[in-house]
Amino acid sequence: MGSFVLRRLFQLFVTLVGISIISWVIITQAPGSPIALTMDPKVSPKIIEQMMKNYDLDKPIYQQYGLWLKKLFTGKLYSFKDGRPVMEKIGERIWNTLLLNAVATLIIFSLAIPLGVFSSRRQYSFMDNLGTFGAYLGISIPSFWLAYLLILATVKLFGYPVLGMRSFVTEDFTTMEIIMDRLWHLMLPSIILAIGGIAGLSRYTRSSMLEVVRQDYVRTAKAKGLPEETVFYKHALRNALLPIITIFGFLIPDLIGGSIIMESVFAWPGIGRLSYQAVLARDYPVVMTLLTISAVLTLIGNFVADILYGIADPRIRHG
Amino acid sequence: MGISIAFVGFRPPQKVNQLLISSIGDASYLNPVLSQDSASSDINGFVFNGLIKYDRNLEKFVGVLAESWEVKPGPEPVITFFLRKGVQWHDGKEFTADDVKFTYDKIMDEKTNTVRRSSYELVKKAEVLDPYTFRVIYRQPFSPGLESWTIGIIPRHLLENVDINTATFNRKPVGTGPFRFVEWVSDEKIVVEANPTYFEGKPNLDRIVYRIIPETALNEMEILTRGVDYSGLFPFEYRRMGEVPFLKVYSQPSLGYTYIGYNLKNPLFEDKRVRQALTHAVNRDEIVQYVLYGLGTAATGPFPNHLWYCNPRVKPLPYDPGAARKLLAEAGWMDSNGDGILDRDGKPFRFTLITNSGNDTRRDVGVLVQRQLREIGIDVKFELYEWSVFLKDFVNVKHFDACILGWGLSVDPDAYEIWHSSQIEKGFNFTSYRNPEVDRLWEQGRREYDLEKRKQIYWRIHELMAEDQPYTFLYTPLGLSALQKKFFIVEKDGAGNERLEPIKMEKAGLTYDLTKWMVPRQTVLEQ
Repeated sequence: MGSFVLRRLFQLFVTLVGISIISWVIITQAPGSPIALTMDPKVSPKIIEQMMKNYDLDKPIYQQYGLWLKKLFTGKLYSFKDGRPVMEKIGERIWNTLLLNAVATLIIFSLAIPLGVFSSRRQYSFMDNLGTFGAYLGISIPSFWLAYLLILATVKLFGYPVLGMRSFVTEDFTTMEIIMDRLWHLMLPSIILAIGGIAGLSRYTRSSMLEVVRQDYVRTAKAKGLPEETVFYKHALRNALLPIITIFGFLIPDLIGGSIIMESVFAWPGIGRLSYQAVLARDYPVVMTLLTISAVLTLIGNFVADILYGIADPRIRHG
Repeated sequence: MGISIAFVGFRPPQKVNQLLISSIGDASYLNPVLSQDSASSDINGFVFNGLIKYDRNLEKFVGVLAESWEVKPGPEPVITFFLRKGVQWHDGKEFTADDVKFTYDKIMDEKTNTVRRSSYELVKKAEVLDPYTFRVIYRQPFSPGLESWTIGIIPRHLLENVDINTATFNRKPVGTGPFRFVEWVSDEKIVVEANPTYFEGKPNLDRIVYRIIPETALNEMEILTRGVDYSGLFPFEYRRMGEVPFLKVYSQPSLGYTYIGYNLKNPLFEDKRVRQALTHAVNRDEIVQYVLYGLGTAATGPFPNHLWYCNPRVKPLPYDPGAARKLLAEAGWMDSNGDGILDRDGKPFRFTLITNSGNDTRRDVGVLVQRQLREIGIDVKFELYEWSVFLKDFVNVKHFDACILGWGLSVDPDAYEIWHSSQIEKGFNFTSYRNPEVDRLWEQGRREYDLEKRKQIYWRIHELMAEDQPYTFLYTPLGLSALQKKFFIVEKDGAGNERLEPIKMEKAGLTYDLTKWMVPRQTVLEQ
C-alpha cells in the first residue's frame, strides 16, 4: 500500500506539471491580449509596448512560464486586471463557491441515491418510467435557461430579489432575518446546480443496482431465505454504490469549478465567475492559478477515489 | 423553502436618502491614474477631484481643486494653476501642490501601468512653485493638454513609498471628492458616503451604493423591484422602462460614432465621388431604426453632433440611390454586361467589408449595408473576425477593403491621431486619409487656445471631411438611462428652506449635479 501511494503521488506530480505547461501554452497563445482591448486614439502604441514590458509579456514563453511559477510560490503573483495578489482574490471568493456547491452536492446525494434505488426496485413501473423521463429532462434542459425561467417566476411571484448572495439592504435586519435571506438566495442556484447531478447520479445508482441484483451472491442470499429488505439494502446496495466512489472523485474539482455558468447568471461572487471574467480579460495569472488549483483537486479526487476503492473493495486492494 | 416564502412576503424599509446604481462590471482600480474601465471611473469620480472639470455644456473648464488658472500662450505655453486652500484629504491631511506634482510624476513613471501617459507627453516641465501654485510648461502649443488636468489627483503621503500598481490603496482609496470610500465587496457592491468636510459643502445624499449586476435581464428585474435606482439601459429596454410609473428615462448622444472606413490605398476607393456615392447608397435612417430601435442620430462628420465643435451647417448626405448611381457613372462605373453588378474596364465593383465578431450591432449594420449596396449594383462580401485577429491581421497592417468600426472620443475635439497624414504609418489613421488642408487645420486646432477660433477651425475641418467622405459616418448612438422619480435636485438656502428642481440631462451627463441630488421626504411618503 505504501509504495503504491508513493508511486501514485509521483505520477500525479508529473501529470500536474504536464497540465500546467500545456494550459500555459494554450492560454497565452490564444488570440487576445490582456492590455488595451479597445482602440483608443489617446493611447499611443508606444504605451501599449511599455505595458507589455511591465507585465513581462515581451519575454519568450518559457521565461514567462518560469516567472509565473516563481511568482506563484513567492506570493508575488498579481492580477493584471486590478493589481491585487491572485491568492487574495481567490481566497475571498472560494468560500462562497464552496458553500454553493456543498449545498448542491448535499441535495444531489440525498435525493439521487434514494431515487435510483427506488426506481430499480420497481423497474419498468410507471414511477420508474416517470423517473427516467424526468432524468432525461433534467440532463437535457440547459441549466442557464431553466435558471432564467425560475428567476422570472420567483420574482413575479414574490417580488423579492433572488440575485447575488444576499439582499444588500440588510442593515436593519435581525440575525434570523439575515440567515433567512441568505438561505433564500442560496436556494435557487443550488437547486439548479443540483438538477443535472440528481438526474445523472440517480441513473447511475439505478443501473448499478439492477446489475448487482442479478449477481449470484444476491440469489444465494435470497435462497438462504433472508428477508427481501435485508438482501436489497445490505447486500446489494453496498456493492452497487462502489462505482459511486468514482463519481465522488470527480465531485471534488466540481465543488470548486463546476459553477461558472450559474455563478454568472446569479451574480454569485465565487471563483467560477472570477475565472470566467479572468478568461475574458486575458488575466493570465488568475486563469493559470485557477486552472492549476482545479487540476490539483481533480488529481486529489482521483487519488482519494483510488484509495477508497482499496478500502471499500477487498478485490482491488493494492499490494 | 416554506419558511423562506413566508419571510419574503414583506420587503424591509430601505434607507431612504441613498442612491443605488447598477453596473454590469466590477471596478478594477479605485485610482484615477490606473483605472481604464467605466465602473472604476464612476467611483473615482465620486471619490477624487481633478484640478479642473468641464462645465455642464462641455465647452469651457471650471475650477475644482484649482481655484483659478492662467494660460500663457506662446511657443512654449505655460499653464499656472492656483490651488484651493484648506482642502482636506478624506484622512484629514491637507491637499497641496506636492500631491499634484506627485500625480504627474506617477503618470510619467514608466513602471506605472497607466494608459494616460500620451496626453502628457508634450509637457516639458511640471513644477511646484509654492504649496498652492503648480505650473506646467509645454514644449509646444497644445490646447488639448488642458483636458488632461481633469484627472483625479492622488495623495502623495499615502502612495509615496509603495508600488502604485499593487498598492492596497487601489482597493480603499482616499481622495478629496464629495464622497468618501466606505467598502468594496468584490463582485457585489461598492459603497461611498457623503464627505462632511467637502469643500463645496456636504452632498445631500447620505450615501451611494454601486451594485454590480452582471446580467442585463436580471438588472432589469432589480430595477423593477426597486433594488436599483439608476441604471444604464440598452436600446431594447428603453421603451418599456419608460412605461414604468416610478421611473424616468433619459437619453443623450454619446461621445463617439460608428462608421464604415474605406482603405483609401485601394484603387476602388481613391475617387471621392465613389465614396460620396457609397454614402448616398447607405440608408442610415433604416440602420438607426432597425439596429438601434431608432435611438441614435445620423453622423455627418468626425464629431459627435451635440457639441460646440460640430458644424450644424453640415447636413448628412441624404439616402439617394439615384444620386449614388449618377456619381458612380461619372467615375466610370456602369453595368455594361447586364449582370446586375457595376463594372469598369471589365472589372466588377466588388469588395470585402469586415468587422469584429462579438459586437451584434456592428454585425447587423454590416448585413444591412451589404443589402443596401447590392441595390445599386455593388457586390459586398461581409466577414467577421475575432477582435485581436481583426486588429493584428487586417486593420493595423491595412490589409482590408472596408471595415465597420466605432470611435469613442474624448470631449476635446482634437482627433489628430485619427486623421493627420503623419499618423498613417504608426498611428490610428489606418484608412490612409491624406488631405493637406485638413492636416494643416488639425495642427492649427491643437495649437489654438481660444475657443471661438478653435470652433472655426473644426467647423472647417468638418466641411472638408464631409466633402471627402473618407468614412461613411453612420450614426452616433444615444446613451440611455433610467432613474427613479423620487430624486430631485435640492437647493438649500441659509434659512433652511429647500427648493426642489427636477433632474435634467446636461451635455456633461445626468449626474453633473449629483452632489445636490436628494430624496425629499414628501416624495417618499407619496410612494
